[in-house]
Amino acid sequence: MLKLLRQIAVTGIVTEPPPRPDPTLRLVEQRLKSEVLALFTGSLAIRHVDAGSCNGCELEIHMLTTPHYNLEGLGIRFVASPRHADLLLVTGPVSRNMETALRRTYDAVPDPKLVVAVGDCGCSGGVFGESYASCGRVSNVVPVDVAVPGCPPTPTALMQGILSAITGRARG
Amino acid sequence: MSPPSAFESLRLEATPLRAALPAWHARAGVERLREIAVGVAAKGGRLAALWGADERDRGEGFALHLALVVDDATLWLAVPLPPERPEYPDLTDVFAGANRMQRAAYDLVGIRSTAADQRPWLRHAAWPADIYPLRRNFGLESWYGNDVEQYRFVPVAGEGVHEIPVGPVHAGTIEPGHFRFSIVGEKVLRLEERLGYTHKAVDKLFERRDLVGGATLAGRISGDSTVANAWAYAMAVEGLAGFAPPARALWLRALALERERVANHLGDLGYLGNDGGLAFGLAQFMRLKEEWLRLNGTLFGHRYLMDFVIPGGVERNIGRHGCDEVAAQCAAIALEVGRLRDVYDDHAGLQDRFLTCGHLAPELARQLGVVGLAARASGLPLDARLAPGFEPYDRLDVAMKTHSAGDVAARVAVRFDELFESLRLLQAIVEGMPLGEIATPFNTVGGRGRGLGRVEGWRGEVVIALESDDGMIRRCHAHDPSWQNWPALEHAVIGNIVPDFPLINKSFNLSYSGHDL
Repeated sequence: MLKLLRQIAVTGIVTEPPPRPDPTLRLVEQRLKSEVLALFTGSLAIRHVDAGSCNGCELEIHMLTTPHYNLEGLGIRFVASPRHADLLLVTGPVSRNMETALRRTYDAVPDPKLVVAVGDCGCSGGVFGESYASCGRVSNVVPVDVAVPGCPPTPTALMQGILSAITGRARG
Repeated sequence: MSPPSAFESLRLEATPLRAALPAWHARAGVERLREIAVGVAAKGGRLAALWGADERDRGEGFALHLALVVDDATLWLAVPLPPERPEYPDLTDVFAGANRMQRAAYDLVGIRSTAADQRPWLRHAAWPADIYPLRRNFGLESWYGNDVEQYRFVPVAGEGVHEIPVGPVHAGTIEPGHFRFSIVGEKVLRLEERLGYTHKAVDKLFERRDLVGGATLAGRISGDSTVANAWAYAMAVEGLAGFAPPARALWLRALALERERVANHLGDLGYLGNDGGLAFGLAQFMRLKEEWLRLNGTLFGHRYLMDFVIPGGVERNIGRHGCDEVAAQCAAIALEVGRLRDVYDDHAGLQDRFLTCGHLAPELARQLGVVGLAARASGLPLDARLAPGFEPYDRLDVAMKTHSAGDVAARVAVRFDELFESLRLLQAIVEGMPLGEIATPFNTVGGRGRGLGRVEGWRGEVVIALESDDGMIRRCHAHDPSWQNWPALEHAVIGNIVPDFPLINKSFNLSYSGHDL
């Protein structure tokens, strides 16, 4: 136990400041009113869905909750069920064998909800494209608010994408 | 080079393949298939991969292909099958791991084994049962409406038995797959896996690419094993084209492969602590992993080393300064991991979760043909890095790490031991790396070509079998070690309680994408 406590004390805090939101990552204008976004700020629940990725994007999504990035420190956390989620973080390409599961997961998220597509494959289909086995980009299957390119995108880019999804002004 | 005695006794006309690891190619009629399989198994050999091909456009019907490994030598066996009735005898009684590979070969190519289990495996409902995507007259962009899939799980009956379906969307941030648990009380009576959810036409996509262009796709078969796959692919291309990369490139590949191994072991050791209830372990190991990935980004231009290995060599050099940084980081990480191992070993609660949990007995592991890290944790001494003459590993005196217990604790121990060994190897690599070019210019090859790659990734051995036609890929089959190890997970969970499944699953940490292709 002493070794454990000593290690914690020696390590200290390694968390770095978060990136700023980037409006250019948006595919569509903010759909949510500022009152709703205000509720999300400091308390956003994310459900991740691997809709057919190579697992590269998942490795970087894992890093979001690690000490350097500490996404939970911003009040953003990953939840186990889509029914508890405000935002879907979807990696692609969407395989045909995951198409139905992704649609059902999307339907299970209560409104108002947001979708962030992750990685070159999630944004465009990437090297896999569209085929007998692949629907290609995530927005071919469910509506997408923000798309984060990269193969895989860095944790900082992912944080930026998530923060961009919960900022911006709704039209009208 | 003469084939090993194990192959000679099979009475085959084996021709040596130009490859970095010893490999031979042979053809045999389907009537001899079982006799050869039994002969290989009797010599202690194993089935490393099984796939199919459509050769009707060449007037050669279909083909069943097997990669059989005996004593570090690979035999690529091609078995022609008649076009009107492409059928071959079931091999599951000889090699248990053949079951799913045979089913996948049927789903994709339409060659059928005589096995009793004819359920689809990679085919769910995206294309009809009488359509085979890897046939040469099938268009990549063909599109069929999604049907409703009715997969027949093996029913488990009896008093108090009930089922828990899990997935394909899991509770954590992991890849998609379905697990069907049959349980009594809290105990798992049976687990049946249903995979194939991430099937995305990898084999078919290869057919659109030339030999150089295949590398970027190979590097995206399984994101956590991009170096292993890219190296196996490059090895296949280089064997096919008959040239060797410069020595420095091979050492740089080993540098990348060991860095991939360390990155994955760091992450897994963190998650294993977390799944055992010690969140401290996750935070500490992921901090180390992040530092590791950052140096990757600085030196290789990519945190996961994608597209670093290319046919002919590697994409960029690591200079003297970079080598010093690697050596310094290895020394620092070794100290930190040493301290964390002390914490893990001393933590009674964690050890209570690890010990005896998810047991895979050595004899069962051998029967199932388990490979890689899981095999070594069940006492099987398998490591493709030890193949004779495999540069640069033949100069590095690799110490294979095994454990006989076969439980989660053993798989954790093997990860720790391999992590330290990889840190030692990395220091030896940056010290001993020869100077020189980092790539040999690659000239395309005309006519038919054939090459085989086999690389020990962090999870186990990756096999890539490649055939070309005038510089274009004709057929490229990528085999992930998870094919053999997924069935072992079904056995390892029997008798354990359901809440231990995530821990047991993580102790294997198998690939979905690499398996589903």
